[in-house]
Amino acid sequence: MTTLDVSRASDETGSKPPRVRLPRLLHPGAWWLWAAGLAVAASRTTNPLLLLLIVAVAAYVVAARRSPSPWARSFSVFLKLGLIIIVIRVLFQAIVSAPIGTTVVVTLPALTLPELFAGVRLGGAVTLESLVAALYDGMRLATIIICVGAANSLASPARLLKAVPSALYEFGLSVVVAVTFAPQLVADLDRIRTARRLRGRTVGGVRGTAAVALPVLEGALERSVMLAAAMDSRGYGRQATRSPLLRRATAAALLSALVLVIIGTYALLDASAPAALGLPMLAIGLALSVVGFALAGRRSVRTRYRPDPWGWAEWGVTTCGAITASAVVWLSITGARGLIAPVDPIGWPAVPALAVAAILVSALPAFIAPPPPGRAP
Amino acid sequence: MNPVIEFDSVTITYSGASAPTLADVSLTIDEGELVLVVGETGSGKSTFLRAINGLVPHFTGGTVHGRVRVAGRDTSTHHPRDLADVVGVVPQDPMSSFVTDTVEEELAYGMECLGITPSTMRRRVEETLDLLGLADVRDRALLSLSGGQRQRVAIGAVLTSHPRVLVLDEPTSALDPGAAEEVLATLQRLVHDLGITVVLAEHRLERVLEYADRVIFVPGGAQPLVVGSPGTVMATSPVAPPVVRLGRLAEWDPLPLSVRDARRQAGDLRARLHAQPVRAQDIAIRRPPVVAVDRTQASYGAVHALRGVTLDVAPGEIVALMGRNGAGKSTLLSTLVGLRRPNAGTVRIDGVDPATLTGPRLIGRVGLVPQDSSDLLSRDTVAAECADADRDADVDPGSAARLLHRLAPEIPLDAHPRDLSEGQRLVLALAVILVSTPAVILLDEPTRGLDYPTKDRLSQLLRDLAESGHAIVVATHDVELAAETATRVVVLADGEVVADGPTADVVVGSPLFAPQVAKVLVGPDFDDVPLTVTAVRTALAVTG
Repeated sequence: MTTLDVSRASDETGSKPPRVRLPRLLHPGAWWLWAAGLAVAASRTTNPLLLLLIVAVAAYVVAARRSPSPWARSFSVFLKLGLIIIVIRVLFQAIVSAPIGTTVVVTLPALTLPELFAGVRLGGAVTLESLVAALYDGMRLATIIICVGAANSLASPARLLKAVPSALYEFGLSVVVAVTFAPQLVADLDRIRTARRLRGRTVGGVRGTAAVALPVLEGALERSVMLAAAMDSRGYGRQATRSPLLRRATAAALLSALVLVIIGTYALLDASAPAALGLPMLAIGLALSVVGFALAGRRSVRTRYRPDPWGWAEWGVTTCGAITASAVVWLSITGARGLIAPVDPIGWPAVPALAVAAILVSALPAFIAPPPPGRAP
Repeated sequence: MNPVIEFDSVTITYSGASAPTLADVSLTIDEGELVLVVGETGSGKSTFLRAINGLVPHFTGGTVHGRVRVAGRDTSTHHPRDLADVVGVVPQDPMSSFVTDTVEEELAYGMECLGITPSTMRRRVEETLDLLGLADVRDRALLSLSGGQRQRVAIGAVLTSHPRVLVLDEPTSALDPGAAEEVLATLQRLVHDLGITVVLAEHRLERVLEYADRVIFVPGGAQPLVVGSPGTVMATSPVAPPVVRLGRLAEWDPLPLSVRDARRQAGDLRARLHAQPVRAQDIAIRRPPVVAVDRTQASYGAVHALRGVTLDVAPGEIVALMGRNGAGKSTLLSTLVGLRRPNAGTVRIDGVDPATLTGPRLIGRVGLVPQDSSDLLSRDTVAAECADADRDADVDPGSAARLLHRLAPEIPLDAHPRDLSEGQRLVLALAVILVSTPAVILLDEPTRGLDYPTKDRLSQLLRDLAESGHAIVVATHDVELAAETATRVVVLADGEVVADGPTADVVVGSPLFAPQVAKVLVGPDFDDVPLTVTAVRTALAVTG
């Protein structure tokens, strides 16, 4: 609506139309790549200040650019999950792991384990240093989870699945169908438990539960058959005719891609193999797999309804994530100070200016990405 | 006229069946026709429909002799997916056909499979949203839609592929009268404006007959189909809506197919009936109520399904609970059987709160036959089901089987409940509930998918049960069932009772709830009208 008014106004005045950004949802792939960049950065540091900064950046972008769908409200769940991870990590450190440092906070009753479990400790002295180290470590893991949560609430996995290449379409579809089946299974379970009560039978307990399992599975099976019939009648699985040559080319490309990727990965991971062998093989393998997928995709006649476009905003958001990830990784490889917080002895974590700047770059998507529809821009 | 569907001496036999389901069917359906397929349950209607797009035999198995051609394509060499661009199929339960999770994606799904270009898809989705009045819900999740909306989405989802033929299996069976009219109006618009050929099967003929160009009667047992104009088929068909049966009774010619036709010829009959009171005046001996619901409220999360409902039911009463989908009918039934505790107010069955009861003490007081009666049945033979029911109710072995024999002697004890017809399954579920002799019997939407003869038997059965002192509450959309059986009608809207009174007082004059016979006969100074064909027959017998 607003865009219409604006264009009319500009026609009347004859001046250059002001730039209006249409609200739209960003391509889900861009959000997931951006979040992956933040997660990579988080995995390279234990500095609590940097980790908190990453969480703050993720939260800021989510608050600015999430869609109004109910799915998008899941971010707070991930924040709570992060807190739980930290608590568990610290508790485990206190009870099970070997302590570092000497500042004893409390001494728990120790349990001596038999010879077999030598090296495993239960209870004993708990040092401040080991608790702090566990806290930092837990924070790192929690931050990575929160980055996933951010991507999740900015672009639901279901939307991401729709963007998969058409050769992987079948896989994406089965996931979507499974997700929609889940609530119906719950409804079935409810109905059958109701029916048991109506016949005056027990509902709870092992016997009650076992008795409902069979009818629920029966119902699910029946529904899958009906769904299959419905999908068939609507044209699912129509195939374009193709030459045998194309079919063989597809198979050959995919198979050799698989072999090359396996060899390449092995060569990269195994330090004794020549590195010159690893990278090129991996690269060729990946390139071949892209060709294979493209060829396989030509088999189906499917088209896509309103595919998410990949425009400047998507490039921008992805680039921000990439800058953050590569800068932090580069700092960590070159051994820049401040990425690893001192725990033994405990000291205040430093604030490395370069790393902070690199992380702040990832806050830019809050401005680069177009506002989602249904929310005031 | 161009034939778009051609059956050429088609015989369909399912594997394992001794006799063919359809034998030697030859007929053609022209472009732009609306064809109604009628017949009793299990007569082969669905088989006929599924043969049109090749689901029979490609999906269901079985053998097909002869040739079925749709838009020139032979279904023996074309799979359903290869016919998807010419035939759109809407199955009985729209929810079971949905592949995606939102309205807009569901509308686009079929086109994506056909490989239609994105710009065309976009245009057709917008057109279809407008055509079916779905633009307001385009982003909604399919699970959150009402029954009528779901049915329209299912129709829209096949329409976007621009099929020449639309096949629908009982599109209105789960809908309340209002939503059913909404769907039928949509279909009529498609036939009139777009020239689509529509083939639909339906049990509730009173809703659809007047829209049909031709009727195909499937007699079952592989007998030859009867095909013809609605008037000629209805003259002899055993499945006929009340208005047709009234026409046959009064020997009107031509046979009326709609209330409007019938009213033009009804003047004479109205005068004859006017002469004397039709309804026996209620000499109601009010017995103390066995169901007492007092200012009951119930809610699911933020949805207040019941907002202070008060209702008493005495032994011998049959109460029809009506109202649109989501009005709170099912919720009220589940509070009556103790499945749901009310948030406020009290529910008493025989003086006891049903939510505190379990096992034989519960089922000895109140029994509920749920919407899908097969939910109650879990064993693999009828006999095992009856034996289980004896054990559950703690009665002599064989009681349930004897009861079932009295209700429906033709049901074989060694059959699998799944293989019974819809009506037989309902009777079996009733027998299972009745064996513990509950004072209160509740039925949720019992006539869904039942043909007229089965419905008549159910009405008789319910009247007998009420006679013998049971209190019966039936939640139903079926106005004819209510007219046929109920002594009282209670209308719910948004969780409140908006009408409660003797059946005739509530339904006569209501545009949605009036049965066909009442609509035909009601006049300005004649409101003491009979509600059913049976009542008219009785009244005429008295007048002579």
